[in-house]
Amino acid sequence: MGKINLSVNLGKLKLKNPVITASGTFGYGDEYSEFVDLNNLGAVVTKGISIKPMKGNPTPRICETPCGLLNSIGLQNIGLETFIREKIPYLKRFDTKIIANILGSSVEEYTELAEKLEEAGVDAVELNVSCPNVKRGGIIFGTNKKALEELIGQVKKKTSLPIITKLSPNVANIKEFAEIAEGAGSDIISLINTITGMSIDVRTRRPRLANITGGLSGPAVKPVAVRMVWECHKAVLIPIIGMGGIISAEDALEFILAGASAVAVGTANFVNPKATQDILDGIRSFMIEEGISNISGITGGLRC
Amino acid sequence: MLSANYGTDPLLRRPFSFHRRLGKDFQILYRVLGKLTHILKDKKTRDIVEIMGPLGNGFPAAKTKEKPILVAGGLGVAPLFALAETVAGENPIFFLGAKNKEEVLCIDELKSIGINTIISTDNGTLGQKGLITHIVKKFLTRNASHITDYRLYACGPKPMLKNLSRLTKKIRLKGYIALEENMACGMGACLSCVVNTRKGLKRVCKEGPVFPMGEIIWER
Repeated sequence: MGKINLSVNLGKLKLKNPVITASGTFGYGDEYSEFVDLNNLGAVVTKGISIKPMKGNPTPRICETPCGLLNSIGLQNIGLETFIREKIPYLKRFDTKIIANILGSSVEEYTELAEKLEEAGVDAVELNVSCPNVKRGGIIFGTNKKALEELIGQVKKKTSLPIITKLSPNVANIKEFAEIAEGAGSDIISLINTITGMSIDVRTRRPRLANITGGLSGPAVKPVAVRMVWECHKAVLIPIIGMGGIISAEDALEFILAGASAVAVGTANFVNPKATQDILDGIRSFMIEEGISNISGITGGLRC
Repeated sequence: MLSANYGTDPLLRRPFSFHRRLGKDFQILYRVLGKLTHILKDKKTRDIVEIMGPLGNGFPAAKTKEKPILVAGGLGVAPLFALAETVAGENPIFFLGAKNKEEVLCIDELKSIGINTIISTDNGTLGQKGLITHIVKKFLTRNASHITDYRLYACGPKPMLKNLSRLTKKIRLKGYIALEENMACGMGACLSCVVNTRKGLKRVCKEGPVFPMGEIIWER
C-alpha cells in the first residue's frame, strides 16, 4: 500500500496530522517539550490567554472522580503581553501550528486579543466561550446564542486568522450553538469543553473544590463528547475538532468516525506526558492495519 | 508522580516524596487512604509501578554552620527522614508529632541513624502531650538568645506549617517548609497546585515543594 497521509485541512488551517493538544492541559508547550517532540504535533493549542494576567481560583483546584478529573483552575494565565514576548517565539521554533486559546469578558477584549495575536504570528485563535469556572469569563458567550453570534461576527471582522469556536456542553442542545457559530463565520468548531460538576467530601460535608463546582474531563466524559461531535457533524459543514476524554488512539478514532477532522488530547497529557505522540503512533498503526491511506477519508465514517 | 495501575480509575498519578535511600533503591512512605494507595498496598516484591521524577526541588542540603531543627507532623516525616539522613552529621534535633502513638512513624529508623528525636502526640499516648508546634515553640523560646545558631525544616499539615511560619517570623529564625497540594501533572502545566507567595503564585510541583518559610502568604 502507498504512503499514509495524516494531514488534515480544517478549512484554511492545514495541519500535518490530526492530533493537537487541548487548551489548558499542555501549558504553553514548553512544559512538555522534554517529553514530546512538538514538531510531531498537528498543532499546539495553548492555555487560555486574557489581556491582563489572571490569578485563577483558590485551591484545592482539582479533585479526581471515577475515571475523571474535576477542575476549577479559573483560567490562571500570564496575560497577552508576556505570552507574545516569551511563549510565541519559543513555539515558533517548532514546525507545528500555534493555536492561541483566547478569553475575555467583553467583545472588545476578544477582538483585541485576536488582532494582536495575528500580528504576533499565531496560526489560529480558539475562542474560549465555554469555561465553566469563571463568572466573568467566556461562558456568557458560550451559553447565549445572541451573544455568541455577535462575538464571532466581531472577531471575524478584525482578523483574517481562522477562528475556532470552542463549544460548551453545558447547554440543552449543542448543535444549535454549532449552527450559530457556523452562521456567524466561525471557520471551525471545537468540542467539548468540560462538563460542570461537583464532588462532596461526606466526612467534612464540604465541597472538594474551593470553587465548589468545576469542569469534568477525562475518560468519564468521552461518550458524551462523542455523541455531541456526532450531533454537530450532522448539523454543520465546517470542520470539527473533537475532544473529551481521549487517552488512546482508539478514543481518537471514535471522534474522527463521529465526525471530527482533528482531535485534541487533554487530561491524558497529565497522566502520560507523551500521550499525544502515543495516540498519533496508534492512529498510524490503525491506518496501516485497516488499509486506510488518508485519515481525512474516515471523518464522519460512522456506519449506522 | 506515581502510577500503580494501568487503567483509568484511579486516573491521575499521585505525588510522593523520597523517603529513604537504600543503596540504588529508595522508599516512599504513604498512608493507605484513597484508591491508588489501596492498590499500592497490595503490590508485591517485583511488581512494577511507574514513576515520573524526580520533580521539583528539595530541601537545600548544603552544610551550614547552623544546627538543623526538623519538625514533622504526621506523614510529614516522609521527606524529613531523607533530610535527617543527609544532615545526620550536623547534630540535628528532630521534632516528631502525630495524633496518637500509632501514627508516630520512623522512631526506630531515626534512632538507628542516631538522631536526637523529641516526640509528641495530641492525645499523649506517646512522648509529650500536645501539638508538636507547642513543643517546638517552648524549645525555641528557651534558646531565643542564640536563635541564629539554628535552621528549621518542616513538613506536615497546613495549620502546623502556618503556625510555625508565624513563630519563626517573629523570632527571625530561618527555615524551609515542604508543601503538599493536589496535583494533576506534576510538571508545571496544569496549575492545580499553586500557592500564594510574596513573589506571586508558585507551583508546588515545579518551584516547590520546598519554600523558604517567610515566602508563603497564608490564607486568613
